[in-house]
Amino acid sequence: MASQEILREEPSRGSFINDPRIRSLFFQTLVVILLFSSIWWIVHNVIENLQRLHIASGFGFLKSRAGFDISDTPIAYTSDSTYFRALVVGLLNTIIVAVAGIVLATVVGFTIGIGRLSQNWLIRKICTVYVEIFRNIPPLLVIFFWYSGVLAVLPAPRESIHLPFGSFLNQRGFYLPRVVWGDGSWLIGVALLLAIAMAWFVAHRARLRQKATGQQFPVFWTSVALIVGLPVLAFLLSGMPLTFDFPKQSTFNLTGGFWVKPEFLSLLLALSFYTAAFIAEIVRAGIRGVSRGQSEAAGALGLRSGPILRLVVIPQAMRIVIPPLTSQYLNLTKNSSLAIAIGYPDLTATAGTVLNQTGQAVEGVFIMMIAYLVLSLVTSFVMNIVNARMALVER
Amino acid sequence: MQEHDMSWVRTEMALAQPAPARERGAYAWVRKNLIGSVGDIILTVVGIAIVLWVLPQVVNWAFINAVWTGPDRTVCTTAAQGGIQPDGWTGACWAFVNAKFGQFMFGTYPIEERWRPILVAILFVALLVPMLIPRVPRKGLNALLLFVALPVVAFFLLVGGVFGLPHVETPRWGGLLVTLSLSFVGIAVSLPMGILLALGRRSKMPIIKWLCIVFIETVRGIPLITVLFFASVMLPLFLPEGVSFDKYLRALIGVSLFAAAYMAEVIRGGLQAIPKGQYEGADSLGLGYWQKMGLIVLPQALKLVIPGIVNTFIGMLKDTSLVLIISMFDLLGVVKQNFADPNWATPQTPKSGLIFAAFVFWLFCFAMSRYSMYTERRLDTGYRR
Repeated sequence: MASQEILREEPSRGSFINDPRIRSLFFQTLVVILLFSSIWWIVHNVIENLQRLHIASGFGFLKSRAGFDISDTPIAYTSDSTYFRALVVGLLNTIIVAVAGIVLATVVGFTIGIGRLSQNWLIRKICTVYVEIFRNIPPLLVIFFWYSGVLAVLPAPRESIHLPFGSFLNQRGFYLPRVVWGDGSWLIGVALLLAIAMAWFVAHRARLRQKATGQQFPVFWTSVALIVGLPVLAFLLSGMPLTFDFPKQSTFNLTGGFWVKPEFLSLLLALSFYTAAFIAEIVRAGIRGVSRGQSEAAGALGLRSGPILRLVVIPQAMRIVIPPLTSQYLNLTKNSSLAIAIGYPDLTATAGTVLNQTGQAVEGVFIMMIAYLVLSLVTSFVMNIVNARMALVER
Repeated sequence: MQEHDMSWVRTEMALAQPAPARERGAYAWVRKNLIGSVGDIILTVVGIAIVLWVLPQVVNWAFINAVWTGPDRTVCTTAAQGGIQPDGWTGACWAFVNAKFGQFMFGTYPIEERWRPILVAILFVALLVPMLIPRVPRKGLNALLLFVALPVVAFFLLVGGVFGLPHVETPRWGGLLVTLSLSFVGIAVSLPMGILLALGRRSKMPIIKWLCIVFIETVRGIPLITVLFFASVMLPLFLPEGVSFDKYLRALIGVSLFAAAYMAEVIRGGLQAIPKGQYEGADSLGLGYWQKMGLIVLPQALKLVIPGIVNTFIGMLKDTSLVLIISMFDLLGVVKQNFADPNWATPQTPKSGLIFAAFVFWLFCFAMSRYSMYTERRLDTGYRR
C-alpha cells in the first residue's frame, strides 16, 4: 500500500494555476459569465428601447394586413394579404431567381472553364479576359450595369426590338410567347413522364446486357428518341391542344405573352455572369487536377476521345469540382439579396419593407436570418448527396 | 592484327538538329494553336467573330466617339435629345466622370479640407509600398506604422475636431474614401479576429469551440445585406438610451464581422494542413499554447493560405459596395447618386459612370490578386503537396 501512496504523490504538479484542466475550466466559466451578462444587458436594453418606442414584440404582426404591393407575385397576393404571405412571396422570388441563376451560371461557367483549357489560343484568351473582368468587380455593380446601363436605355415599347419566335425586347423588359395549355394537354405531361421512365429502363437493361455479353446498345439516341418522340406523339394524337399566346404590339405597350421584368432579368444576368467566372475557375482547376496519365491510360485501353472524357476525366474532375461548386451556389443564393438595390421583391426586400412598416426590427432580421440559413442548409444538403454519389468509393 | 578496326566510338556529342521547318516559326504556331483540326478552325472563326463584333464597338464607344470634357449634359446628348451630338451617336460620356471626379473620390467632403484625405492616401502609399517590396528591411516597424500608427493618424486627420482641424462628420464622407477606408479597417480587424475564431474553433474547450462554430456558421449562412441590416437596425436597439453609434461605424462593424467569419474558415484550412508532428514538437519543447501557435503553427499555416486570405480581402473590397443599401455612399453609391443629377442626365451617363467605377474596383482587385500570386511563388518552400 505504501508504494501506491508514493506513486500517487510522484507526479508533483506545480501550482494549480498551471493545471491545464483548471485553466480551461476557469476561462470557459469566464466566457460564459461574460456572454450571459452581455446578453442580459442587450436584452434589457432592447426591451427598454422597444417600450420607449411603443413597439410590441412577438410575431403577431405577421397576421395583420400588409398594405403594400409587390410587383412580382408567383402566388396570389394583393395589398390586403397578410405580412406572412408577403414574406412567403419574397421567399419564393428568392428561390426562383436563385434556381434560375444557378442553372444559367453553371452552363456559362462550365463553357468558359472548358474554353480556358481549349487547344485554341484565341478561345483560351477570350475566356481568360472574361474571367479576369468579372471576378474583380462587385456583383452589385454588374447588377446596376445591366439595369441602368443596358436595359433602361433600350428603346421604348413602340420601337421594341423584334427577336426570333415572336419575342420582343424593350425598356420594360423581355416579352416571350406564353404557352397556353388547352384541353387534354395533360396527356403530353404523362407521355413525358412515361418516356423518362422508359429511357431509364432501357439504360438499366443496356447496362445489364453490357455486363453480361459486352454488347453495347445506343442508349443515348434511344433516350432522345423516346423523350422527344412520345410527347410529340401525344401532342399530335390529342389534337394539338397547345397554342402560343404571342405578345402583341399596341400603341403604348405590349399585351399578352409572358413578360420578364427588367429587374428580374438584370438580377439573373448579373448573378449568373458574375458567379460563372468563379465556376469557370473551379472547373478549370478540376479538369487540370486529373492527371494526364489517366487519359493516356484510357487511350492505351483503346477508348476514343469522347468516352475518355465522359468515362475517365469528367467523373474524376467532378470530385474536385463539387465541394467548391456548392459554396458558389450558396454565394449566388446569398447574393440574390442584392435584388433590393434595384427593387426586385426578394426576401430581403420584402422583409425590409415589412420591417420599416411595422418597426419589428428584431423579428424581421430574425426571419431573414432563419430563411437564408434554411436555404443554405437545403442547398448544402442536396449538394452533399450529389457529392456522396460522386465520391471515390474506397475499399 | 586486323588492319581495319570496324569499331568506332563517338568522342564528341552530335550537334542537335534544329526542329523541322514546319515545327518552327509563326506558321507552325498558328497551325498548332488556331487551325489544328476542323473543330479548331470553327472555334477560331467563332472567336474572331466575337472579337470583331465586340472590340470595334467597345473601342468606338469608349475612345473614338467618347466625349472627354464638357460643361454639362449637352455634350453627351444627340440633337434630338437637346444636345450637340449628331443623331444616332453613342459614346462614353467621360465628361461626366471628369466633372464629378472630386465627388467620386471624396463624396461631399468639404473641398477646402480635401487635402486631409489626400495626405492620408499619400501616407498610406508611402507605408504600403515598402511593405510590399520584399527586399526593403524593417518589416516589423513598417507593419506597426501601417496597421497601428496610420489608422490613429488617419482617424484624427479625417474626422478632425482636434489640433485646429475642423470636424468633418462621417455622413459627408463618400466615394473612394469610404470604399478604401472601410475595406482597410475591415482587413486590419478581420484578420486577427479570424485567427482568434479559427483557433477557437479548433480549441479543446467545448464552450469556446461551440460559440465559435455557431458564430462562423451563422454569419457564413446569411447574406452580407442581412448583416448590414442587423448592424444598422439592431445595434441601436442593443444600446442603452442616448448612446448611439455613427452609421459609418455600424457599417464597419458589420463588414468586419462578416469578413472575420470567412477569414476564420480560410485560416482553419491552413491550421488543419499543418502536420500533427509540428504541434507535438512544439509541446515537447515546452512551449505554452500562445507560443506554440504564434511561433510554430500560425507562421506555417498563414503562409499556406495566403491565396485564400487575399481572396477574402478582394471579396471584402467588393462587398463594401453593399453599404449603398443602408444609404451610405461609397464609390458605387456616389456614382449611382449622380445619375439623378439633371445637369448630367443622359442615356450614356449610367453606363459611363458604372464602367469608371468598375475600372477602379477592377484595378484594386486585380492588383491584389496578382500580388498574392507573386507572394505565393516567393514563399513557396517546396513543402507543398
